Amino acid sequence: MTNVDITSVAKTYGQTPVLADITTHFAEGSFTSLLGPSGSGKTTLLRIVAGFITPDSGKVAIGGADVTDTPVYARNIGMVFQSYALFPHMTVAQNVAFGLARRGIRGAEARKLVDRALEMVRLPGFGERRPKQLSGGQQQRVALARAVVIQPSVLLLDEPLSALDRRLRQEMQVELKRIQRETGLTTIFVTHDQEEALALSDKVAILDRGRIVQMGPPAEVYEQPKTRFAAEFLGDTNFLKGTVVDGALRLSDGTLIRTGAPLPATGAAAMVAVRPEKMRIDAAGKAGDGAENRLSARIDHVIYAGPALTYALTASDSTALKIFAQNSTGAIHAEGSDVSLVWQPAHTIPMEDAA
Amino acid sequence: MPADTLARPAASPPGAAAGHRLPSWFSTAALLLPTYGWLLIAIFLPLCTMLAFSFMNATPMGRAPVVFTLKHYKAFVTQPYLVGIAWDSLVIGFWTTFLCAVLGFFAALALARATAGRARETLLILILLPFWTNGLVRVFSWTMVLREGGFLDVLLHSVWPGAGSIGFLYTRPAIVLGLVHGYLPYMILTCYIALVTIDDAIIEAAQSLGARWWTILTRVLLPMALPGLTTGAILTFVPVIGSFMEPRILGGRVGVTMGTVIEDQFTQAFNWPLGAALSFTMLAVILAIFATFSGVLRRSTGGMA
Repeated sequence: MTNVDITSVAKTYGQTPVLADITTHFAEGSFTSLLGPSGSGKTTLLRIVAGFITPDSGKVAIGGADVTDTPVYARNIGMVFQSYALFPHMTVAQNVAFGLARRGIRGAEARKLVDRALEMVRLPGFGERRPKQLSGGQQQRVALARAVVIQPSVLLLDEPLSALDRRLRQEMQVELKRIQRETGLTTIFVTHDQEEALALSDKVAILDRGRIVQMGPPAEVYEQPKTRFAAEFLGDTNFLKGTVVDGALRLSDGTLIRTGAPLPATGAAAMVAVRPEKMRIDAAGKAGDGAENRLSARIDHVIYAGPALTYALTASDSTALKIFAQNSTGAIHAEGSDVSLVWQPAHTIPMEDAA
Repeated sequence: MPADTLARPAASPPGAAAGHRLPSWFSTAALLLPTYGWLLIAIFLPLCTMLAFSFMNATPMGRAPVVFTLKHYKAFVTQPYLVGIAWDSLVIGFWTTFLCAVLGFFAALALARATAGRARETLLILILLPFWTNGLVRVFSWTMVLREGGFLDVLLHSVWPGAGSIGFLYTRPAIVLGLVHGYLPYMILTCYIALVTIDDAIIEAAQSLGARWWTILTRVLLPMALPGLTTGAILTFVPVIGSFMEPRILGGRVGVTMGTVIEDQFTQAFNWPLGAALSFTMLAVILAIFATFSGVLRRSTGGMA
């Protein structure tokens, strides 16, 4: 149970920079997801914390101690791999006891700890089985027990649920969160599944081309994305472009859009993001109280999915938009009809990288 | 009739498919028959003939009347020097297998874990080189190296001019050296196949749990490569026991092994029944050794803590 500090870590393979000057902090007992597309450097960052990769520059500290030059075996980390990586020639109990034996814990004491760990992952009595006799989900539970039983300083999860099917993955998400809470381990979780990251973590770090573009609690990262990449990678987003006029955004057709957060100076080009579920369709087109943003648009397509509806629209400035609506009234707006879109200025997020 | 059978598939594909498909045992048998037929004719029948010969006083090709006898199987009792030769052969076999296992395992480990792509391909081909050279050439070239005043001595004297000869041609180590050279590729290949299938993540998992290289080697790599090592050991030990070329050329006067004795019975003494009986006795000894070892191996891997 310790914090992890990364200071100015960089890694380059040949000419390709994989990580560019990363400085971040993983608080004690926190569950942090590293989220990003493949090639974003999230796995490299995890493997630098584990010690499998030595950074070209920068420092890694676990629990305040500099471990940059400490070999993997001396770092006291627990790691779970996508491919489970159980020792196939050993029983489940021998797998879990492997790390204990390396710490000089053998015999009755080891057996007690192994039993407790297997109970924690809900596999009591599986000790004498071979990994091959277990399902994928069960194998990953054993791998988790093996990583946790040694009481590591930090738990590193490298896409541990990616090899499981959807139903099993959701089940394991719940288990993973429970085990992390029970053990209180500082956990770093690499994933490319955004829902998984949002559901599991205390903090989400979004990586793009070797940089952490945004890091914060899931709700903050989702509701207040800072860049176009963060907004696009985490969920669906509508982007509106225009120029700043008196603290509001004027679209090319003259519509004024107000934002919660301040925009750049007048005359600058700017872009704002609005989540599709934050926009509401106002078919009657009656005048609002003036506090909300309004934008006229035409419905191109309706995708009916039972409880939810997705509308694809074209705004009056010919931007393509998307709206998620709950099917609460059973009334569906017709394709081709002209409507008004209404939403709160607070849900209009200016992007830092105005494109 | 043909029109009928042609028309039917279009109308009802499932029924037609069942009608045309051969039973699965037939295709299995058809695929296996050439191999097993060849083995039967080329190996099994001659072997049976040899087994029959080993119980005869003489080959039925000669003029002497053929009588059933067990006297060839008593050779180890009536000619006690054969026991010593058999023991020497087993010792040579053990040393060759042991050295092949040690060298082969680590070479395979380096190939599987430290190389990739083109470098690995090239190194693998280099390992197979002894297979491409004629065995006789391979063995005779060792005599050039090992004899007194051979390449080995030249090399030594270029560093240390006053030294004596370290050539060890016509000794038992020379035989083992030649045999290791010939059979090492089998061991490297079987170990390589076993080691290359080990997922990197398994080694990394062991490291993350606190294992150093020695623990990874003895607790993870060796047990996981054991099937490959066993196969390599069998592929080495069996032919080495029967080998006669290397002992004869590199061993000279000390190069009397079961392989050369048996060869002599067929080529010099024309006592085929004795040669056959000695062969089958050695086969029994080898099978007994493997039976013992496989039991030990199974227990050691099964009960590992």
